[in-house]
Amino acid sequence: MSIMNFNKSKVLQSQIDEFLDTVSRGSIIFRLGIKEYLDGQAARFENAIVEISKLENRADELRRAVEKQLYTYSLIPDIRGDVLGLLENMDTVINAEKKTLIQFSVENPDIPAEYNREYLALAEVCMSAAEALVSAVRAFFHDFNMVGDHLHKVYFFEKEADKISDLLKRSIFHSGLELSRKIHLRYFALHIEDISDHAEDVADRLSISTIKRNF
Amino acid sequence: MIYFFLLSAVFLGWSLGANHTANVFGTAVASKMVRFRTAAFVCSLFVVLGAVFGGAGTAATLRSLGAVNAMAGAFMVTAAAGLSVYWMTKLKLPVSTSQAIIGAILGWNLFSGSATDFHSLARIVLSWGAAIVLTAAFAAVLYVLIRAALKKSRVHLIKFDFYTRAGLIIVGAFGAYSLGANNISNVVGAFVPITPFRDIGVAGLFTLSGVQQLFLLGGLAIALGVYTYSDRVIQTVGSDLLKLSPLAALVVVLAEALVLFLFSSRGLESWLMARGLPTIPLVPVSSSQAVIGGILGIGIIRRGREIRFKVLGDVALGWLVAPILAGLITFFGLFVLQNVFGLEVYRRPAAAAAGGAARMTVTEAPQTTAIPGSIAISATERSAFFWVSSGSVSLPGGHTRN
Repeated sequence: MSIMNFNKSKVLQSQIDEFLDTVSRGSIIFRLGIKEYLDGQAARFENAIVEISKLENRADELRRAVEKQLYTYSLIPDIRGDVLGLLENMDTVINAEKKTLIQFSVENPDIPAEYNREYLALAEVCMSAAEALVSAVRAFFHDFNMVGDHLHKVYFFEKEADKISDLLKRSIFHSGLELSRKIHLRYFALHIEDISDHAEDVADRLSISTIKRNF
Repeated sequence: MIYFFLLSAVFLGWSLGANHTANVFGTAVASKMVRFRTAAFVCSLFVVLGAVFGGAGTAATLRSLGAVNAMAGAFMVTAAAGLSVYWMTKLKLPVSTSQAIIGAILGWNLFSGSATDFHSLARIVLSWGAAIVLTAAFAAVLYVLIRAALKKSRVHLIKFDFYTRAGLIIVGAFGAYSLGANNISNVVGAFVPITPFRDIGVAGLFTLSGVQQLFLLGGLAIALGVYTYSDRVIQTVGSDLLKLSPLAALVVVLAEALVLFLFSSRGLESWLMARGLPTIPLVPVSSSQAVIGGILGIGIIRRGREIRFKVLGDVALGWLVAPILAGLITFFGLFVLQNVFGLEVYRRPAAAAAGGAARMTVTEAPQTTAIPGSIAISATERSAFFWVSSGSVSLPGGHTRN
């Protein structure tokens, strides 16, 4: 077991903060990417994919670096498992965002203009859920008394995403579109909605870890 | 022969070091917050410092209970305490060296017909209970204060972990110092009235008295126990404390260290006395039982969900069984040493006074006794020689049968 000195602990802190910043930026890029797609801005949309891929890779690097140091220096032994679980699950949020944008790029769904507003609203609510989650995890590291204040927002936005997705899917299936197109559009609503579900899963873990951290 | 007798103190010191390090660094090492090498070094250093510079207070209290005045007697008292601790540990009964040594001294008093100072005895027994209550109170107050401070502070989890590690080492050092100061009298206290060491000057800086050298020997024996066996004890027994978070463990160790310090600090006693305040008796108390008190204190704050009252019952049982067992072993051991091996296990007041005078002469004027080619016989050995050669058998209580 190695001993971590004060400077190394500062580096680790900044890596954790950078990881959270990266996940947060990923959510913003995701929302922008969806907007560019819906607006028909193909080049900007492809840029968003490149950008989010870089962020996802960076998040992976940072997560691995943080995990390695947590083990190497046997840090926070009582809640190390929880923290590692949190970081790994946070990573699934940005992974899901990247995969969804790539799905859009690969399958190029033909979204009727009347659904643009709902798709964008769904992406925005999912982004808000991810943002609230980042704030909650940040509070877990910096000021764990504030975790609850952010967690309830994650749950709220997840419910909102469910509602918007439900309305969108109903609207699609009540339209006169072909069944194959309806199913295709539904998949994209589901892909976007998945992001808020991932955020909710991490929030559940976080609320348990917060109870354990409460000295 | 004198140094052979001291082996019982080395054994008891080794046992104390092996078993009690877990009370100071158990959670820190078992949870890998602190390396064993670091913990062992800090613990050994501060135990020795505490023993040499702070151990005199509790030793004086033990002496007031019964001043063992013969080497073989001190050997038996210490060995009996060690054996009863070993035996009770084997039987998985809660036991404390502090309680065993009291029983052993009472056994010696009974055998030698010496009067027991019941006022001192009552003070010691009351202190055992007070130590648990005080540790519980300290831990509860510290826990509330630290929790409130943490809620206000916005320290990053990683920085907090760094501070906790540093805190565990600092508090562990304080705990080790207090353990050395408070418990050294259990290890070598019986030998204090008859220390075989003379005062020596250390590089012209300070003088190490004979009693301090005895404490140093005991401290080194404890350090030996820390280095050779405490890791195994921490890995097996330390899991009880591991259930606490590192910060809660820090609170428990700090409360324990404070209590052990209060019950061994002569400086604090003088300070209280100078202000006309009631003093805290300087009594060897059990670090394991203080830890139980600390956990109890935190349990009360957490609304008693984790309190196991059976543990307290076991502690009370240990208060009764350990002294009785050690007393019985001492009594029969002294009988065997005296009547089978013909050793002097206690001295009558007149013989003790004569012996004391003889030792004083040796200390003050060594040139008069150190005659080349002669065989130096100490007062103790001389006295033992005369008693054995007279063919008499000494019975408990000072009666002699020819």
